[in-house]
Amino acid sequence: MTALKQHAQAPERLRRPRPGPRRVRRDWRGWQFVGPFAFVFVFVFIAPLAYALWLSLFQNRLVGGNVFVGLENYRTALADPQFWDGALRVGLFLLVQVPVMLLLALIAALSIDSARLYASGLFRLVIFLPYAVPAVVAVLMWGFIYGNQFGLAADLNGLLGSDLITPFAPKWILASLGNIVTWEFVGYNMLIFYSALKTIPHELYEAAEIDGATRFQVVKAIKLPAARGAIVIATIFSIIGSFQLFNEPNVLNPLADNVITSYFTPNMYAYNLSFAGQQYNYSATIAIIMGLITAVIAYVVQLRGTRREDR
Amino acid sequence: MTNLKRRTILAGIPAALTTILAGIPAALTTGALAACGSSTEEAAAGKPADLDAALEKGGKLTYWTWTPSGEDQAKAFMDQYPNVEVEVVNAGTATDEYTALQNAVAAGSGAPDVAQIEYYALQQFSLSDSLVDLTQYGFADLEDQYTASTWGAVNLGGIYGLPQDSGPMVMLYNQAVFDEFGIEVPTTWDEYVAAAQALHAADPGKYLTNDAGDPGFAQPLMWQAGGHPYTVDGTDVKIDLQDEGTRRWADMWNQMLEPGLLAPISTWSDDWWKALSDGTVSSLIIGAWMPGILEGSVPDGAGDWRVAPVPSYDGSPATAENGGSAQSVLKQSKDPALAAAFLRWLNSSEESVDVFLGSGGFPSTTADLTSEEFLSVAPEYFGGQKINEVLVAASENVVPGFEYLPYQVYANSVFPDTVGTAYTELSDLNAGLTAWQETLVTYGESQGFKVN
Repeated sequence: MTALKQHAQAPERLRRPRPGPRRVRRDWRGWQFVGPFAFVFVFVFIAPLAYALWLSLFQNRLVGGNVFVGLENYRTALADPQFWDGALRVGLFLLVQVPVMLLLALIAALSIDSARLYASGLFRLVIFLPYAVPAVVAVLMWGFIYGNQFGLAADLNGLLGSDLITPFAPKWILASLGNIVTWEFVGYNMLIFYSALKTIPHELYEAAEIDGATRFQVVKAIKLPAARGAIVIATIFSIIGSFQLFNEPNVLNPLADNVITSYFTPNMYAYNLSFAGQQYNYSATIAIIMGLITAVIAYVVQLRGTRREDR
Repeated sequence: MTNLKRRTILAGIPAALTTILAGIPAALTTGALAACGSSTEEAAAGKPADLDAALEKGGKLTYWTWTPSGEDQAKAFMDQYPNVEVEVVNAGTATDEYTALQNAVAAGSGAPDVAQIEYYALQQFSLSDSLVDLTQYGFADLEDQYTASTWGAVNLGGIYGLPQDSGPMVMLYNQAVFDEFGIEVPTTWDEYVAAAQALHAADPGKYLTNDAGDPGFAQPLMWQAGGHPYTVDGTDVKIDLQDEGTRRWADMWNQMLEPGLLAPISTWSDDWWKALSDGTVSSLIIGAWMPGILEGSVPDGAGDWRVAPVPSYDGSPATAENGGSAQSVLKQSKDPALAAAFLRWLNSSEESVDVFLGSGGFPSTTADLTSEEFLSVAPEYFGGQKINEVLVAASENVVPGFEYLPYQVYANSVFPDTVGTAYTELSDLNAGLTAWQETLVTYGESQGFKVN
């Protein structure tokens, strides 16, 4: 404590000989360090956000031009069945796909970490590989597998003499998308979990062994608690990713006729509103509302996740 | 516009890429630019003499097109007028190009001098004040050179473009399949529906035609049935997707859609080409630009295919335009006189149209449509049939007076959301059309139009 106090006094002593007025002068050195970051942050983050907010207060019509409408766009959006249709769809997607994906990733990470797996390095690489495939390529590839006229699905149906496998049917499309997203991101999440498991000190395992703990007890008492932080992070990433679902449905759209609507997910809705419908203002409104919803849910998960961690 | 809507296959990947690059932030930025850009000033009125003067003086032009012969046409032009430099840009096919064009117009800069625009989208661009009215340069005198239906498509209370090509609908059919199953070539829709039933009953793997729900196909069919779903008078818009003609089409089409007689394969997909090759799909109702594409893309069908007029409802020949493009001069052009001069050469000079025809295009110029040389073409692929005679006859039977919406690009983009449901559920098209109409009315009103 004394050391700290002395340290705190030090600047006081240094400053004393200097004349008074200098103290008033603002010291900009800190800003010079922060400057490059602040510049980029303001221009690529704050400014677009502020501009989107500004845009969302207007309506630019083909006939009649640009008019200020206040919160009218928000009122429309909150009562827009197409927006809520998309929002509920990604909500459902989130509730089903994210737990499945994270559980698979966790199992994969635990298996690789268990030291019982032969050629674990190979498995780690292979499971991670889909993440390295560009999303568009991955989705097109899956699209060809799913194709019920030409793809693997068609061949299987032909082989079985049935028409049961229809990944593009309206009732299956969300599951088909979930499968693609899971395939893409299991490896990524596995790597997050695996790196968390790697940081566990070896003594803990030795202690567990001496205590006669079974492997499952080790997982439950040591590994999972250690990976909890990573699980919370991965969950938050996945929530954000789910709400921003866009590439996968958008790329599948031309392959799955009439099944993926222009408002299939909120992001697709916003995109189509502005690019096909020229409704930049309404599109900005949708983006802002969806951003708020995402932020709130991610924040709640973070709060809950960290509270458990403290316990 | 030879490969009118190959976009669905070819543009799939780039469209997806753009999507990712653009995303939502880009949507917002574009909006940002839109607000910064000032409205383009009204160009000073020009006169016909300006065109030749501009060609003499020279300059630089940018030309957006996806026509396969675009590059060669520009080259021929520059050979003839060495002072002018034309840069040809493929800014995407159809809808992809319109998106870029709309954004450039909204941003106030970045638009080309001359751009290819399909007839159905022309009104949208003329209404948003993006195009130069070419009447001032004496383009009205060129009317005689074009078919009535294509001229009608560019003459929208001003001349907002020159027709490049046309696509009067015809029926292509696979004679080999028809022979195998003893199907007579249908001349009326009743016969067509009966043939569809007979063929599918004889072999459940075969379909008379395909349709997975395509607004660019449905609307010409409404048109052919005598429908006038859209009436546009300035900013007053009337939408009736249940008018007599439109219903006539929908009721007839329901007879094939609901029992599953239409192959659920979307036109221009990989599946489609395969289905055309192996006889799964044995006839197409499609624009006159198709024979050249079929010959190039379905080599297996050589000798099997024939061309016939579109089936009619009452026995009297009637058809509609399916696709086709004009080229227009953008208001953003710094040298509209030069752009107009290039356009005049592009779509009315013999040198240019010859290059276009050489690439397999179907012209909109009556001189070419009636030339002996053109009419006597008898490709082996079509069993030596003089197909152009059928195609040209079709171009004379286009039902006049069909109008598109001033926001047709958007309208087409939400077709799958509404009418598309009828295709996935094999249910009544009229319900889908009614839902589509509701969406279009709401959108029109939100854009400041007086609708219905």
